[in-house]
Amino acid sequence: MIKKVTPHISQNEALIFERSSPGKKAYQLPELDVPPVDPADALGACNVRREIEGFPEVSEVEAIRHFTRLSTWNYAIDYGMYPLGSCTMKYNPRINEVVARTEGLAWAHPYQPEALAQGCLGIMAALEAALAEITGMDAVTLQPAAGAHGELTGILLIRALLEKRGNARKKILIPDSAHGTNPATAAIAGYAVENIKSSDTGGVDLAALEQLVDKDVAALMVTNPNTLGVFENNIAAVSEILHRKGAMLYMDGANMNALVGIARPGDFGVDVMHLNLHKTFSTPHGGGGPGAGPVAVKKVLEPFLPTPRLKRSGKKWAFDYKRPRSIGRVKAYYGNFGVLVRALAYILAHGGPGLRNATVDAVLNAVYIRKALEPYFDLPYSSPNMHEVVFSDDRQSKLGVRTGDIAKRLIDYGFHPYTVSFPLIVHGALMIEPTETEGKLELDQFIDAMISIAKEIETDPEMVKNAPYSTRTSRVDETTAARKPVLRWKPA
Amino acid sequence: MRYLPKSDSERRAMLDACGAATADELFSHLPETVRLNRPLNLAPGISEYEIVRYFRDRAAECANGYASFLGAGVYNHFRPVLVDTVVSRGEFLTSYTPYQAEISQGTLTTIFEFQTMICQLTGMDVANASMYDGSTAVPEAAMMAVRATGKGRVLVAKSVHPEYREVLATYAKYQGMPVAEFGYNAETGALDVEDLERQIDGLTAAVIIQTPNFFGIVESVKTAAEIAHRKGALLVVLFTEAVSLGILEPPADADIVAGELQSFAIPPSYGGPYAGIIATKEKLIRQVPGRLVGQTTDSRGNRAFCLTLATREQHIRREKATSNICTNQALIALMATVYMTVYGKQGLRELAEQNLAKAHYLGSKLSRRFTGNYFNEFVVRAPEGANKTLLKKKIVGGLPLGRFYPELADCQLLCATEMSRRADMDTVAEVLA
Repeated sequence: MIKKVTPHISQNEALIFERSSPGKKAYQLPELDVPPVDPADALGACNVRREIEGFPEVSEVEAIRHFTRLSTWNYAIDYGMYPLGSCTMKYNPRINEVVARTEGLAWAHPYQPEALAQGCLGIMAALEAALAEITGMDAVTLQPAAGAHGELTGILLIRALLEKRGNARKKILIPDSAHGTNPATAAIAGYAVENIKSSDTGGVDLAALEQLVDKDVAALMVTNPNTLGVFENNIAAVSEILHRKGAMLYMDGANMNALVGIARPGDFGVDVMHLNLHKTFSTPHGGGGPGAGPVAVKKVLEPFLPTPRLKRSGKKWAFDYKRPRSIGRVKAYYGNFGVLVRALAYILAHGGPGLRNATVDAVLNAVYIRKALEPYFDLPYSSPNMHEVVFSDDRQSKLGVRTGDIAKRLIDYGFHPYTVSFPLIVHGALMIEPTETEGKLELDQFIDAMISIAKEIETDPEMVKNAPYSTRTSRVDETTAARKPVLRWKPA
Repeated sequence: MRYLPKSDSERRAMLDACGAATADELFSHLPETVRLNRPLNLAPGISEYEIVRYFRDRAAECANGYASFLGAGVYNHFRPVLVDTVVSRGEFLTSYTPYQAEISQGTLTTIFEFQTMICQLTGMDVANASMYDGSTAVPEAAMMAVRATGKGRVLVAKSVHPEYREVLATYAKYQGMPVAEFGYNAETGALDVEDLERQIDGLTAAVIIQTPNFFGIVESVKTAAEIAHRKGALLVVLFTEAVSLGILEPPADADIVAGELQSFAIPPSYGGPYAGIIATKEKLIRQVPGRLVGQTTDSRGNRAFCLTLATREQHIRREKATSNICTNQALIALMATVYMTVYGKQGLRELAEQNLAKAHYLGSKLSRRFTGNYFNEFVVRAPEGANKTLLKKKIVGGLPLGRFYPELADCQLLCATEMSRRADMDTVAEVLA
């Protein structure tokens, strides 16, 4: 039975272009206090455009109704649990939004004199220090704009160091359980990718690794805990094998929320890693960005970090641009500062002991779900899990119902689906990550929903296969969207 | 802790259900050697009030109450109130990438509208769902051109934002994508057509120019396009001041348009987060990096939107993907979408005209370094110490250019927008004259 939700009226809304009518306005500019200029004179007649064809023309009321109505068509963390594995959809504290809008910070121009930006630099320095302490690494750059961007930065750092040692090497090893960004990143950094098969327990296979690491291997990119939510118990040995052969250990920090306050990558042999501030440190995902992907490194990689670097100059903070060994810039200016402010606010709110408590609750929630759902769904890897748990649809697919169908049915129960069909090493994966910001009631409702769906599959698999039923939009035809792409509105 | 929604008794009940006596038992499988056996060396958590105070104190250490004439890629435009009203809605703020189309139509519809508006603004056929920012859109555009042409060389104008060129260099280094720069005309400040003609060859995949360029000068896209196309290269046109598109002819002769939308209601925020764009012609659709939203129908036959053409992307193609990008800047792109909606067809034109009028008011009082047509930025020779004098009058002057262009060490780049007041401009004119 569906207990969490009841359908209610949902407003229809046209596209903004279809709402437009010539002459409507949602703006008013102040009177110009200088003489007007003839655009053709100032810019050259051939450089002046006619009207922007098709651009919207609506009133203020229509504008706000338009976006408000559209907003209600979204599911959101503010509505309920969002158990997307690997994505870490935790509560986004609103105080973070408030402080990021503080006038002197939100309106700080990246080129205003450093003497008039000391607060911004101080915030960045405080965050760098906190992230170094949390990861156990020696230095942090805040410049990368997102996780994948951090990966690219990290691999370029490795490349720069190896090049300086005389040989940049050719390959990056990547477990078959890794995020797709890992191989894509390696390719952009000019490396060939070699996949390494996971062991029976889902971890890095030490024997295979020992065999694969030769003088052509630059690094192994490992996610720890891995995408099964399982900690790599052999991580120290992994690191030892790589280092013995002159290769580096890169850690994808997507799952760092399972380790904060418990274990530090810098202490278990990681050379370089990125963090996703929009995951572990609660900055909002915003429907797909913005994120921030700081990179933390061991001392040996510090000289190669992107320019500029923060430095102390007497009593003031300053940027150091004289970094001859730096890989260069990966982004204009200094990073997604507004995201950095939010992450620091989160760290300040929890504090050292609090961050560890958050980790503990995140793991408790995932283990609790595992225990409750194990009787109903197959668990292909039985190693103890941390912040997430991955089931397979083996049992349900025998009745013709796949993980994607279960996910869609979950929508009818008032939940966002888990991550579907990832990691690739699990056949028909259901990857569930509750995060620490779910209470027992919400978790119990989720568990009830999953069990109820498992039972529905046994009695009425066809019904489940056509879900969802209660959404304003039913199953979407993604095949036609890709076959005949319509990527913009045009007047009829 | 206020973000952790469990009472002690609930936590106890859950531990019991897990068969664990203590929370630490949940971590007992971790090898002893990897565990951190001390508390993190970070202060204890603080209240909302203290957090607000901490950031207010930091903000007080920054420029407050100054008029600013800085531009150089980041512009001081008014942010309509509606923008924050919309992006503060939890449904937009706290949702994930819209993979589950049935419960993400809000985000998907706004992205479809965004893509449409970017096409309308730039004169291109398709636009993606946004990039990290303008600076990272440049190497992505260059890599697109390399894939599309099968050639490797990239030519970039020196009048492209210097930090963007640095980002391009970082990306290009390991991709067999040699980058060369061509100059600007010392008199007009526009691209040096002869130098471009000299340097372009049959191996050139892309020519990258910016308009208005870093000096604020409006470039001739047509001329650059003719030169590029004659040699079989693609023309990438970049913009950093999106408001200029309210009045300037769209760069329809370009093959790829890359840009930065910070001007559209995105707070300067000391350099980010912003949103970039990539727009292009129909024929290059499958080379586009990042996310795309397409129109389709649901099983009841109603119009619906979904992410599409994912076979270009890293989660499907892995190392063969068009880019390693896994995100766009949805919430920031939404700011821009609301902004474009609020100003609309007439408003963006009027706004651009105000920018033009303000900048030309200030520009006409000073001796400009370049003679080319300019929108809302221009280069002037500045007497030594001018910016210090201005700071005393609570004005942040233009960007000194020596750091990026040693030959322009005695110059600065000034920007005036609709936010610039006549009295402040008069002061700037006095000090710089």
